[in-house]
Amino acid sequence: MEVKFILNGKQTTADIKEDTVLLDLLRAKGCYSVKCGCETTNCGLCTVWIDGTPSLSCSVLAARVEGKEVTTLEGLQEEAAEFGAFLAAEGAEQCGYCSPGFIMNVLAMVRELEDPTLEEVKEYLAGNLCRCTGYMGQLRAIKKYLEMKRGTK
Amino acid sequence: MSFVNTAVPKVDAPALVTGKPVYTDDIAPKDCLVVKILRSPHAHALIEEIQTENAKKVPGVECILTYKDVPDKRFTMAGQTYPEPSPYDRLILDQRVRFVGDAVAIVAAETKEAAERAMKLIKVKYEVLEPVLDFHQAKDNAVLIHPEENWKSLCPVGADNKRNLCACGKEEHGDIDAVLDACDYVVEGTYHTKANQQAMMETFRTYTYMDTYGRLNVVSSTQITFHVRRILANALDIPKSKIRVIKPRIGGGFGAKQTVVTEVYPAIVTMKTGKPAKLVYTREESQIASTPRHEMEVKVRVGADKDGIIKGIDVYTLSNTGAFGEHGPTTVGLSGHKSIPLYGKTEAFRFAYDVVYTNVMSAGAYRGYGATQGLFAVESAVNELAEKMGIDPVALREKNIVTEGQVMPAYYGETANSCALDRCLEKAKEMMHWDEKFPARDLGNGKVRGVGVAMAMQGSSISNVDNASVAIKVNDDGFYSLMIGASDMGTGCDTILAQMAADCLDCEMENIIVSGVDTDVSPYDSGSYASSTTYLTGIAVMKTCETLKEKILAKGAQYLECSREEVDFDGKKVFCLKDGREISLMEIGNRIMCNNEDALFASESYSSPVSPPPFMVGMAEVDVDQETGEIELVDYVAVVDCGTVVNPSLARVQTEGGIAQGIGMALYEDVVYSESGKNFSNSFMQYKIPSRQDVGTIRVEFESSYEPTGPFGAKSIGEVVINTPSPAIAQAVYNASGVRVKELPITAEKVYWGMKK
Repeated sequence: MEVKFILNGKQTTADIKEDTVLLDLLRAKGCYSVKCGCETTNCGLCTVWIDGTPSLSCSVLAARVEGKEVTTLEGLQEEAAEFGAFLAAEGAEQCGYCSPGFIMNVLAMVRELEDPTLEEVKEYLAGNLCRCTGYMGQLRAIKKYLEMKRGTK
Repeated sequence: MSFVNTAVPKVDAPALVTGKPVYTDDIAPKDCLVVKILRSPHAHALIEEIQTENAKKVPGVECILTYKDVPDKRFTMAGQTYPEPSPYDRLILDQRVRFVGDAVAIVAAETKEAAERAMKLIKVKYEVLEPVLDFHQAKDNAVLIHPEENWKSLCPVGADNKRNLCACGKEEHGDIDAVLDACDYVVEGTYHTKANQQAMMETFRTYTYMDTYGRLNVVSSTQITFHVRRILANALDIPKSKIRVIKPRIGGGFGAKQTVVTEVYPAIVTMKTGKPAKLVYTREESQIASTPRHEMEVKVRVGADKDGIIKGIDVYTLSNTGAFGEHGPTTVGLSGHKSIPLYGKTEAFRFAYDVVYTNVMSAGAYRGYGATQGLFAVESAVNELAEKMGIDPVALREKNIVTEGQVMPAYYGETANSCALDRCLEKAKEMMHWDEKFPARDLGNGKVRGVGVAMAMQGSSISNVDNASVAIKVNDDGFYSLMIGASDMGTGCDTILAQMAADCLDCEMENIIVSGVDTDVSPYDSGSYASSTTYLTGIAVMKTCETLKEKILAKGAQYLECSREEVDFDGKKVFCLKDGREISLMEIGNRIMCNNEDALFASESYSSPVSPPPFMVGMAEVDVDQETGEIELVDYVAVVDCGTVVNPSLARVQTEGGIAQGIGMALYEDVVYSESGKNFSNSFMQYKIPSRQDVGTIRVEFESSYEPTGPFGAKSIGEVVINTPSPAIAQAVYNASGVRVKELPITAEKVYWGMKK
């Protein structure tokens, strides 16, 4: 079957099977930032935006994005680099494998929440697992990034 | 300019944070055959018959391999220096299957769907055998897990396949029984740590292809690039010269990738078909057929005199290596060698151990490598001893800890040349406000808040075994190529080694490009494990820089037409001390490209006669609900002595990450099997690793000693940091609830039933 959707701003058509999951389709389309960490919606590595809402692409059928707008980190390179610099300054990307999904969710969070508290940040990002960093460095990076954002408003 | 001891961002950070395709599966050829493994449903069985004809008819299936198609030559998947202490007990595929999930057949097809369809059509008839599932019953059991005659142990580790023994041994110093008999206070306990999964975010994966020269090329997510070459040559029974192994970026390892988990399968497919092949483990496969931490049961006796001087420690460890012996003989050693030496005033110790085979998945290397298990036991016992004596456990440690300059009989007789454990204790106490908080206080809301403490040590490389090599060359325009054989698995060694090289060569880091591991071109390194890279490869960097500088000086002197003694090098230029004439490194780099016979290339190796331990203190603060037993980690304080901190932000994140993994081990993580040996912990739903809401606040400080044998005074940091949470949290929970949990993980259920007693 065929699915038509907007991928990172570009009209896209793909020939898919009924049971193709979005994660596999996106990687087949060259969006390698989208990683599979668990297959059971527990790790957050495959986070992408569907019509601007963060979604776990390992558990979304590709057919479901018909007519929708899908965004991956490939479509947010400037913002990724901007926040990523804060992450790297803390050494908190470490192996980097969870970074794309995590950053997708951070960027969704700053769009959704005005000036979130530490507890709100932890709750919003609870589904993004990281095995390397112990999360503290990520929180330091987010705090400094939010401060920068506030300063530039 | 100095880069050592500054928080330089990782050199690969820009690519990682923008999601560039840099990992194994991102760069695998698109026409790769997809490899899948058919796995055993039985914990112990012999394959009587295996029919693959129907499966082979599935369109797109390229090959199906069974035990009849692989070399009958046993090998170990453990990434260790040859001769490996781990027994040669594996075949790529065996007629005997030894755990639920053991490989039965290899299927390679053009698509995943075809491979999966074919797997369903393979018919296997098993002779089901009685499994050995209780590791207490394994030694000398009538059921043998490795009865085969070609099982082989290369090293004298006390292995005996006719007794289900992967290793056994005993060492003693002084008369431990007499010393403990004379003690005023003796505590005896049994502490049980479970198998834990490393659960790195990138599962095991490898792709393989034949190159222009007819050689097998292997791209793999590994910590042990060079060992992969040797192990594949063993497994496939082909010359090492026919194999090239390349390591791209790695999505975490933690020791899991110190074992050759996936490499052999696509490799044999490519050898048989000539076609590129890849195997990407699902999370389920990573959970059920990998290399978790060795389950250990550690019996400890520790005794002190009436003044609180710890006189003797007696440790016996029973370790469960599972179906295969990967890292079995070596992990167990650390349970004693890296726990007993923390106490510097002991007059006697005994350390004995058995490592047994059972019918569960093979254990392997996991950060801490046995020290974690031993320290849970010894540190818990010392906390109990303090309670029995009625003194503060920090005060007891202050009286007894190993101090700088002391010889450590239980640590291979090495001297603690750098040790700030005393300062670590002092600082941790201050950060936690220990004196006000110990042991506990009622919060008045049904919860009691308790604190606990533990210490830890590890090593820095395997002395007289690990081997690090580095090569550096001067290119045109005078930039350097730094080639290392150590594998950056996300920890940042490509960065910190470049920091060291930049300081040694007096240049900017931008002037150094780092090349990761390719066995065809990189200098030999045993790999990134045993907390070796900063310490060992760091020294190799320093040695190489010295040799290279001499060559730059000689070349500069030649171009300036003066003698070597008359010139100096400041990182940017070689200049004549007599008349001030100079030639820039850039110009030297460009001139050597024409009419030159001296390569500005240096390569040095290093192996250390000692393995200086990093030390640390961890303190946990937990709330325990008095009605439900629910535990909430509130605060964790860690003070680390890793010698000179080469990169403060990376060292901090290493520490925080290690502690978070340790928190998982303490509170959640457990590989659970059914009565028939089926692994229940086969996904992140059943096997919980800590989320950011589970780790409370982790606060880290460094109290640095200076290690005279280390690069810039540095020791290791990667492993020591995982060791304190289990014993510290166990004691904090005890102080808050009165329940001592001696079998991990410390769950609300165990605390609840404990409080009910």
